[in-house]
Amino acid sequence: MRSVLRSPWLLLTPSIVLLLVLFGWPLVDGVLEAFTDEHGFTLTHWQRLFDDPYFLDALRNTLLLIVIVVPVQLVLAVAMSLLVQARPRFVSGHFYLWCIPLAISELAAGLVWLSIFDNRGYLNSLLVSLGLSEHGVQWLSYDNTATMLLTVVLAEIWRATSLVFVIVVAGVQMVPREYDEAAQVFGASFWQRLRHVTLPMLKPSLQVALILRTILALQAFAVAQALTGRDFPLLVGETYEWYVGLQNPAVASAVALVVLAISVGTAVLYLRTVRSPSEAES
Amino acid sequence: MRRGGPSQVSRRTFLRGAGAAGLAGLAGSGLAGCTGFATTGDGGMIFLSTQFRPVNEAEAFRSTLAKTISGVSYVTIEEGPFAGQVRSQVGSGATQMGLLGGLHGDLAPLADGYLEDVTDLLSDLSGRGFPADYVDLARSGTDRAWYIPWADASYVLAAHADALEHLPSGADAESLTYDQFLDWAIAARRANGGRPMLGLPLGPEGLFHRFTQGYLLPSFTGGQITTFRSREAVSAWQYLRELWANCNPASTTYDFMQEPLESGEVRMTWDHVVRLVEAPERDPENWRMLPAPRGEHGLGYMAVLAGLAIPKGSTDPELARDAIRALTTPRAQLDVLRSNGFFPVVDTEIPGNLPPAIQLEADAVAKQKNADDAILSLPPVGLGEREGEVSKVFQDTFRAIVLGGADIRSTLDAQARVLQGVLSELNVPCWAPDPAAERCEVG
Amino acid sequence: MTDATGSTAATANTAATSAQRRALPPVDHTPLRRRRMRAAWVQFACILISLFMALPIVLVGLSALSSRAALAEFPKSLLPSELSTETLQAFLQATGTFPAFGNSLLVGLYTVFWSLVVGAPAGYALARYAFRGKEPYQVFILLVRALPIVVLSVPLATMFLQFGVYDTVFAVTLVHTVLALPTTVLITASIFVSVPHDVEEAAQIFGCTRWQAARKVVLPLALPGLAASSIFTFVLSWNEILGATVVTLGHRTLPAQVLTSLAEASQAYRFAGGFALILPALLFIFVMRRYLVNMWGTTLR
Repeated sequence: MRSVLRSPWLLLTPSIVLLLVLFGWPLVDGVLEAFTDEHGFTLTHWQRLFDDPYFLDALRNTLLLIVIVVPVQLVLAVAMSLLVQARPRFVSGHFYLWCIPLAISELAAGLVWLSIFDNRGYLNSLLVSLGLSEHGVQWLSYDNTATMLLTVVLAEIWRATSLVFVIVVAGVQMVPREYDEAAQVFGASFWQRLRHVTLPMLKPSLQVALILRTILALQAFAVAQALTGRDFPLLVGETYEWYVGLQNPAVASAVALVVLAISVGTAVLYLRTVRSPSEAES
Repeated sequence: MRRGGPSQVSRRTFLRGAGAAGLAGLAGSGLAGCTGFATTGDGGMIFLSTQFRPVNEAEAFRSTLAKTISGVSYVTIEEGPFAGQVRSQVGSGATQMGLLGGLHGDLAPLADGYLEDVTDLLSDLSGRGFPADYVDLARSGTDRAWYIPWADASYVLAAHADALEHLPSGADAESLTYDQFLDWAIAARRANGGRPMLGLPLGPEGLFHRFTQGYLLPSFTGGQITTFRSREAVSAWQYLRELWANCNPASTTYDFMQEPLESGEVRMTWDHVVRLVEAPERDPENWRMLPAPRGEHGLGYMAVLAGLAIPKGSTDPELARDAIRALTTPRAQLDVLRSNGFFPVVDTEIPGNLPPAIQLEADAVAKQKNADDAILSLPPVGLGEREGEVSKVFQDTFRAIVLGGADIRSTLDAQARVLQGVLSELNVPCWAPDPAAERCEVG
Repeated sequence: MTDATGSTAATANTAATSAQRRALPPVDHTPLRRRRMRAAWVQFACILISLFMALPIVLVGLSALSSRAALAEFPKSLLPSELSTETLQAFLQATGTFPAFGNSLLVGLYTVFWSLVVGAPAGYALARYAFRGKEPYQVFILLVRALPIVVLSVPLATMFLQFGVYDTVFAVTLVHTVLALPTTVLITASIFVSVPHDVEEAAQIFGCTRWQAARKVVLPLALPGLAASSIFTFVLSWNEILGATVVTLGHRTLPAQVLTSLAEASQAYRFAGGFALILPALLFIFVMRRYLVNMWGTTLR
C-alpha cells in the first residue's frame, strides 16, 4: 500500500482539476450540441455536414496536409538537431535563426507568405526581375491545385518546423556522448550510429514531437486560409465557417468532433507505437 | 564535467526566485497586476462594433466620435466574437457594454432576446427622415424596432484611367448596360495582352454574393428569390460565365479590392464602397467610381444598412440613447461620411467639399440611387441566424456553375430546393425586390 | 646492460631511426581534408536553412519600414526604395496598443509561471511513475488542444462572467495556462525520462528526501526541457487570439486588440503591425535560448 506521497496522483491533480473546472463543462456542452436540437437526440446536423460540398474536400485536404507535412518536418528537425550537434562556426547564430518562426502566430505567418506568393509578391518580383517569367506565375490560382498545395506545404513547413526542432534538440542533448563515441570506436558508420544509437535514445522526444505536431497540424487553417481562401478548405476552417458565417454552432460542433476524433486517434497511435525502451518495460 | 558547477546553478535559482517574487509582488500590487491595463483609451462606456476594424479607420472614427459625444469608448471586434460576446454577456445577466454597432446581418440575429426594444426612440427620432425600407429592416420581421439606422453603404464600380481607355465607343460610363460592361472587360483584356483587367471580390470574406443577389439577378430577372429559377436567371448565370472568362482568376483570393487596385493588378472592379475608398487616395484624378450597370429590368442595387442597438442590461442606457441621438444628427452623419465613407441615412444634403475619394464614391452612389429604373434590393429580412445560409446558396451556386462548369439548370434546381427548405422552416414574407407575400417561395 | 651490447644496441638504434627518418611515409592529409569538407558542408547546410527561416522575417521587417508607395510597385525590390516609419508609427500610436502590449506581457509571464508550476510536476509524475491511467491521462491532457476553441467560446465566456473575473488579465492567464498544459506536460515528461534515475537515487542515498533530490538534482539537469516548454508557453500566449478575444472586452491583449484587423487592413499596415507583433516574441526567445542549449555544462556563446 503506497502512501499518498508516493503516488503520482498528487502531482497530477492540479492539472486535472484545472482542466475539469475550466473546460469540463464547455467541452461537454459543445459535444452535446452536435447531437441534439430542440427535440432531443438527432443526427440531422451530421446529415447536413455530410451533404455540404466543402466537408469531404476539407477532410481530404487536412489528411493530405498532415501526411505530407509531418514526416518532412520530423526529418528536417532531426537533421537540424544533428547539424547543431556537429557544432559548426556561428552555431548559436544559426540556432537562434532557426527558432525564429516559433515566435510567429499562424495569422502573421499566413500574411508573411501571402506577401511572398501573391501575384505581385516577392517571388514573382524576383522571377520577373531575373527575366525568368514575364508576368509571374499564378501560384495561388484556384484551378492550380498542385501549386496551391505546394505553397501551403512550404508555408506550414516554415512555420512549424521550429516547434519540432526545439523539442528534438532538447532531447538530443540528453543523449550521452559516450554512447555515440563508443559506437564510433567500434567502427559504426554515420548512418548506423544514427539508426542504432541516436534515434532510439531520441524516442521520447520524437514521440512528443509527433503527437504535438500532428495535433497542432490538425488545428492549422489560418495559413491556408490566408493563402488560398476557400479554394483549399480545411476542417477547422470549416468549423469557423459554420460557427461564425452560418451561425450554426451545432454543425460546427460536429466538425470539431471529427477533428477531435482524428487527433485522439493519432495520439493513441503514436503513444502505442513510438514507445521508448524504459516505457515499454513498465 | 560541468563548468561553473554549483555556483552557476545557485545563481540561476536565485534569479528564478527573484523573478517569481517580482511577479508575485506585481500581482499583489493590485489592479494592474490582476485586471490588466485598460485598452479602451479613456475608460468610458463601451461601444462595441464590427465596423471600422482596420487601425486607421478605427482611429478616424474615434476622433469623430470624440467630437460628437464624450464618455464613449469605441471597441472593435469581429462578427463571430461579436455575437458570442453579446449572447454570453446578456445570457448570464452581466452585460459589460453600453452600445452596439453593426450591420443588419450582425444585429438582426440578436434582435429578439438580446437587444433592447427601441421603438420609442425610433419614433422620437422620426423627424430625422429615415427611409421607410430601413425602418422595416430595423424591425427584422417583428413589429418592434430593435436598432436605429446609423449609416448605409452600397456597392459601386470602380475603374482606373487605364481601363477607362478601352471603354467601348458610344458607351456612357455612367450608365452602362451589362452587355456594354462585358464588352468593356473583353476590350480591356485584349489591350492588356490577354491578361484580364477586371477583378471581383470572390474571396471567402469577399462580398460577391451581394452582386449576384442584389445587382445581377434583379437587373436580369426583376427579383431575388421568386425568380431564382426563371429562364432569365439562366441567362444571367450564363452572362456571369462569360464575364468570369474575362476576369482575373486570382479573384478567388480577393477579399477586399483596394489591395489589387492599388498594386495595379486589377484596373476595374465592383466592391463595397468602404473597401474601395483607399485606392484612389493617392491619385484621385485617375480614378472613377461608377454606378452599377443596368439590365433588362432596370438597375438593381443593394444597400447595406448599419445600425445602433442597445444590448439588454446595458451599462448606461441613458448615455447609450444620448449617443444614438447624437450620432444620428445630420452634422454627425456628415462627419462620419468624411472620416470613414459611410453614408448618412437621415435627410440631409451631401455637401460638395468632401475629400476627393469620398466625393467620387458619393456621386456614384447617388446616381445609382436616383436612377429612373433603380431597383432597390435588400439583404434578407427576418431570417435571423439563418441569413448566412441564403448567402451560402448564392456562393455555392456561383462556385458550382461558374468555377465548376456544372449545368446551370440542374444546379439552380438543386440550390432552389435548399433555399426553399430554409424559407419554409422560417415562414417569412419576401423582401425587396420581390413582391411582399404571405410566405416567400422560390420561383 | 653490459657496455658491449649496449653500445651495439645504441648504434643499431641510431642507424635504425635515421633509416626510419629517411623512409617516413608522407603525411596523409586525407582525414584532415575529409574533416574540413564535412565542416564546410555542415556550414553550407546551416546557412541554407538559416536563409530559409530568416528571409521571410527580414522581408516583413523591410516592408514595415517602406513607404506605401514603395509597396505598391511591381516588381518589388528587395531593399525598399523609400524608407518611412509612417505606418509603423500610426500603428504604435493607435489607441490601446501600448496598454494591450502591457497586458500581453503580463499574461505571457504569468502563464509561463503557472504552467510550469502546474505542468512540470505532472510531467515528472508521467516520467517517473508507471501507473494505470497513464495513457488516458495523456489523452485527456491533449483534449483541450485537440478541439477547436471556437466551439467553446460562448460557454467559456459565460463561465467567466458568472465567476466575476471576466475581462481581466487573470481570466486570460487561466485560459492560456490550460491551453499550454499539453505542451508543458508532455515536453517536461520526455525530458525527465532522459534524466538518469541513478543520479537521483544517489542523491537520495546521500540524505536528500525525494523532493530535495528532485529540486536540486533533477531540475537543473532538465533545464533544456523546461526552457523549451517555457518558450512554447510564452509564444503561444503571446500569439493566441480567439481565447483572449472571447474573455476580454476592455483589457485586451495585443492580438485581440490588433491582429484580427490586420488581415483587413491595407498591405502597409499589415507589415507594420505584423512586424511590431513579432519583435517581443523574438526577444523572449533570444533571452531564453541560452538555457535551451546547455550541452553538458558548456553554453553556446
